[in-house]
Amino acid sequence: MTTEPPVLLLREHFDTLLEALARRGYKVVGPTVSEGTIVYDEVSRAEDLPVGWTDEQEGGRYRLKRRDDAALFGYAVGAQSWKQYLHPPRLRLVKADRDASGRMSFSDGDDAEPERYAFLGVRSCELHAMTIQDRVFLGSGVADTHYERRRKRVFSIGVSCGVAGGTCFCVSMGTGPQVTDRTPHDLALTEVIEEERHYFILTAGSDEGREVLAGLPVTPAGETEVSAAKQRVDQTAATMGRRMNAEGVRELLLENLEHPRWDDVAQRCLTCANCTLVCPTCFCTTVEDVADLTGDHAERWRRWDSCFTLDFTWMHGGSARQSGKSRYRQWLTHKLSTWHDQFGSSGCVGCGRCITWCPVGIDLTQEIAAFRDHPITPSPSQP
Amino acid sequence: MSAAASSRPKLAVWKFASCDGCQLSLLDCEDELLAVADAIEIANFAEATRRVVDGPYDLSLVEGSITTAHDAGRIREVRAQSKYLVTIGACATAGGIQALRNWQDVGEMASVVYAKPEYLETLATSTPIAHHVPVDFELRGCPVNKHQLVEVVLAFLHRRKPLVSAHSVCVECKLRGNPCVMVAHGTPCLGPVTQAGCGAICPAYNRGCYGCFGPMESPNPAALSSQWTAMGVPDRDILRAYRSYNGYAPPFREESDRHEP
Ligand code: SF4
Ligand code: SF4
Ligand code: SF4
Ligand code: SF4
Repeated sequence: MTTEPPVLLLREHFDTLLEALARRGYKVVGPTVSEGTIVYDEVSRAEDLPVGWTDEQEGGRYRLKRRDDAALFGYAVGAQSWKQYLHPPRLRLVKADRDASGRMSFSDGDDAEPERYAFLGVRSCELHAMTIQDRVFLGSGVADTHYERRRKRVFSIGVSCGVAGGTCFCVSMGTGPQVTDRTPHDLALTEVIEEERHYFILTAGSDEGREVLAGLPVTPAGETEVSAAKQRVDQTAATMGRRMNAEGVRELLLENLEHPRWDDVAQRCLTCANCTLVCPTCFCTTVEDVADLTGDHAERWRRWDSCFTLDFTWMHGGSARQSGKSRYRQWLTHKLSTWHDQFGSSGCVGCGRCITWCPVGIDLTQEIAAFRDHPITPSPSQP
Repeated sequence: MSAAASSRPKLAVWKFASCDGCQLSLLDCEDELLAVADAIEIANFAEATRRVVDGPYDLSLVEGSITTAHDAGRIREVRAQSKYLVTIGACATAGGIQALRNWQDVGEMASVVYAKPEYLETLATSTPIAHHVPVDFELRGCPVNKHQLVEVVLAFLHRRKPLVSAHSVCVECKLRGNPCVMVAHGTPCLGPVTQAGCGAICPAYNRGCYGCFGPMESPNPAALSSQWTAMGVPDRDILRAYRSYNGYAPPFREESDRHEP
């Protein structure tokens, strides 16, 4: 938690937070119900949130269900993640034009002013995912300016989870469910529903967060209220849908690159790429050039790609990773093993999206358990 | 047409056993076609004009499958006259819906349907063009996507590889932000085994993918069927889902056969 003394905001005053953000010029985006799922979209009032909804999540299965209260944040994460705003699925990088004399000119394709977003309801695992993507896009010394321009304008309101999803395992990955100072955020809140009262315990994580709080009809939070909030988050931590023994998993995978379990999972895997596209840390893209019919105007676009496609490793002579086995292995070893070498942390925050949104319910926590149960020692003859 | 026109690449469009839907996609590219009218000569396109310019042709777009001995001969002539031959649509690339005959006795069907079946001259099978002649590029879809069709013609004009991805429909579905109908609604969807190109239209309207663009680059239909079975889809429906427009494409054909009673 932050150093600030926590404050209390009553549910009936929740809209004042959204109004304050709108007044500061933010477009507020947050969870909302659409077509039987919870997606991220523009929200202008508390009523736009999934009021009184929760989700049931299992491998390859997601259903919305009514809660017996009117909680605003009584569910876990959906298929979408905030990366769709910071690292858009499609982005124009360059425009190129050829004039009548044949002279070429190039200009920035990402030339529109990015929206100033306030992200409402960012879970702790998601704040960790954003921190991981910060390292990917900004940490190498050469910043990805497209990401940077979007990221630095964001105001984030974290939510400590009051309920764990069926495929969540943030506790195993050390990324939740409590929003902490380990991840930058502007505000953090915990929702509490009691017999008589429905309120939020709020803390500020930045100067701008403090300014916003100062303008809201909040009261100092009492000890009992703060501990009621903590109790709910502790309860969430104790009821994780999944767990994964992450200790030494980096080495475990590298020592088992020829384990028969890879063949087993390849039999089940569709190489459809859903897991990578829903993963909040996956960042891979491809670049596509398009020209109009005259050939005088061309554009270069970047779009999300995945290590599950054959084009991803296309070189002269074909794709390097032909088999489903080699592609699943790339995904899992990158997330849990080689990510450490590349970016100094795990690439997995335990959000469970890849489990829920895999059409056939392949579950990385089960795969890791299988490697642990029957590890093989690499034989020297194997590459 | 002026004499100078002869220096422009000649485009021909050919029809075999098909519904004309793919040619109509090309007709639907009116604006785009007008823009290339200077760059390309439409030498043969029955849906658009009766004018026929003799071959050879620089680019032939072929719609439809081979269902008669006459067509089997005709496609060889087209191939011989064409520098590049691109097949368009499920009929031309996989045999089409009419390939359902490949599982039936055609003689028996004809005797039931036609008063004088002896007038009928037809092959026992409907097969893709590539079974008969070498094909330079196959553009999938039932019907083909208009933008992909323009892209193929453009790529040919600009002498580059067409930008047509062979990955799953799921990629387009997620890029578009659709909720997954398999996971969230329990609706069977062929998207994970089907090639992208349609823009994931059906899932965007809460329908499962029908597989119009045929098998994706590395399909695993057996794994998808296990999931469908677990969702309660009977074998008969699995068989029918695979055996449609692209039913004769090997991965779909084999999977449908596995679900024969
Ligand atoms: S690997 Fe799966 S559980 Fe881990 S962060 Fe990505 S989507 Fe979430
Ligand atoms: S797991 Fe695959 S898609 Fe995700 S970041 Fe790694 S290589 Fe890219
Ligand atoms: S693990 Fe699941 S989501 Fe990922 S590619 Fe395989 S089948 Fe698709
Ligand atoms: S709805 Fe169908 S196409 Fe879309 S992600 Fe789900 S399985 Fe794939």
